[in-house]
Amino acid sequence: MSLTEYFELVFTDYTLRTITLGTAVLGAICGMLGSFAVLRKQSLLGDAISHAALPGIALAFLITGAKDTNILLLGALVSGLIGTFWIRGMITKTHLKTDTALGLILSLFFGFGMLLLTFIQKQPNANQAGLDKYLFGQAATLVEKDVTLMVLVTGISLVILLLFWKEFKILLFDADYTKTLGFNTRFIDILITFFIVLAIVLGLQTVGVVLMSAMLLAPAAAARQWTNKLSTMVFLAALFGAFSGVFGTAISASENNLSTGPVIVLVAAVFVTFSFIFSPGRGLLFRELRFRKNRRDLQLQKTLQFMYGIAQTHEDFTHPHAVKILNNFQGFTRKTLQKLEEKNWITLTGQDWSMTAQGFRKAKNLYNQQEDE
Amino acid sequence: MSEKIAIQVDDLTVAYNYKPVLWDIDLVIPEGVLMAIVGPNGAGKSTLIKAILAIIKPIAGSVAIYGKPYEEQRKQVAYVPQKGSVDWDFPTTALDVVMMGTYGSLGWIKRPGQKEKKAALEALEKVGMLAFKHRQISQLSGGQQQRIFLARALVQNASIYFMDEPFQGVDATTEIAIINILKELRKAGKTLVVVHHDLQTVPEYFDWVTFLNVKKIATGPVKEIFNDDNLTKTYGINYKVAINQ
Repeated sequence: MSLTEYFELVFTDYTLRTITLGTAVLGAICGMLGSFAVLRKQSLLGDAISHAALPGIALAFLITGAKDTNILLLGALVSGLIGTFWIRGMITKTHLKTDTALGLILSLFFGFGMLLLTFIQKQPNANQAGLDKYLFGQAATLVEKDVTLMVLVTGISLVILLLFWKEFKILLFDADYTKTLGFNTRFIDILITFFIVLAIVLGLQTVGVVLMSAMLLAPAAAARQWTNKLSTMVFLAALFGAFSGVFGTAISASENNLSTGPVIVLVAAVFVTFSFIFSPGRGLLFRELRFRKNRRDLQLQKTLQFMYGIAQTHEDFTHPHAVKILNNFQGFTRKTLQKLEEKNWITLTGQDWSMTAQGFRKAKNLYNQQEDE
Repeated sequence: MSEKIAIQVDDLTVAYNYKPVLWDIDLVIPEGVLMAIVGPNGAGKSTLIKAILAIIKPIAGSVAIYGKPYEEQRKQVAYVPQKGSVDWDFPTTALDVVMMGTYGSLGWIKRPGQKEKKAALEALEKVGMLAFKHRQISQLSGGQQQRIFLARALVQNASIYFMDEPFQGVDATTEIAIINILKELRKAGKTLVVVHHDLQTVPEYFDWVTFLNVKKIATGPVKEIFNDDNLTKTYGINYKVAINQ
């Protein structure tokens, strides 16, 4: 199947439509909530949570003996939440730094999860195959029921987000201050964290334990580059996430053997790379261009300043001077003279230059901060 | 200055781990003073403010604002945290940060409206930052950021202001602008508690002072207690400041 075939089929083919919708919704909710994780500098929390969810999946299977997705995800939610609260407990109760606590919980839970998975594989139960798909995810297993759940959870988190927007924003920016205003910061904090955990758990089936954190972070990191407004950032992150989901699914469906989760993550990474380079405000490219332009402008102004010094020696500042006397000055080239003339700061006649009234004024007020503002 | 007590702290003790950061602090701050808290690094100046504001839970002791527990008097109190305590690259504008000062009176869920926006704009004007209202906060200078924080507290329209090093890292122009606003607030009968580092300016800026070094060394009018004796007791070395009186 080619990409064009995919986009023709996506509206008619039931399976393809379900999967695409699922990955799109997943991308959106992850982008939305991931923005908060990124702004709280809790980027790695997502990674720890998703790894911490693995033993929950295995235990849920061991207890129920069934492979019902919802039950497995419920197990993932519980163990993800336990992992999260252990991390917070470690940070507040011990001297351990955040990264240490995250790393510890991540590997501890993941190790335990892997242990359980191998234990399950050795059991004489025909039902056991396929649990390891939660490691890297398998979008192809998405059915309508799963997508309905995703849409439902996304809807709820959107409502919560809109309802507590003001509280989320102020907590993210200044938690101590929020406390003094009388808000229960613990409650707001737990609310955000709970929904982040929920989004992660929701994505385990599609993207898997190992790559899930990228779904959370990549769209948010890309979105941050394009805007200085929180609401726009959250919206853009949701959009980037959704697009990553759709394109990732499209690419993996058109190339038969590519697994969807990694492709989605890679598409999201393309968004990040593109944003880092090409975003107008913070992007590397425009920053470099601005930097070069500034340098050119400064060079020009330095030349003007030098000319100003010479022009001042005459009562009439428009009195022409020979270009030759500029030769001692390093910043000067023929081109800068032309540029200066273009700006109407000087006039050139033959081998002479003379300052205009405009240029004189400009040079006089150069770097005079007070008059600038 | 009236004889009314604005803030009363009794037996306040705070410890992060084993060593106490604040030890058995008793403090009475009368209404209408502009008070500096001075002391060396690690003396617990910021901690004292945070403990009064219930940001940090003390091991022992109590705090009363106008005779009642702080929780009942939140609306009377505004806080200016240390500038370095937040991420200034946060995606928001100057006006938006000042608007946060209105969130407390709005309460849960309710969004700020025109009335709150007007109040925020007035506060921005008061600190001379109206022209920067739509500026992304990372593009403000240190002094401008400090003014934004001050404006956010002004919006709260409180009776008592706690400020954690409002003069840290600001230039002379901003320092004068800020101190003028503080003096204006005091004239309007507000009480101000300011963590301050520059001992030279204490007599000029403040009328009340508390010396702190884990324990409270002294508290009272600057004219009476801001002397070499208390400075030496607080800073541990023979401290001499040129005070022009």
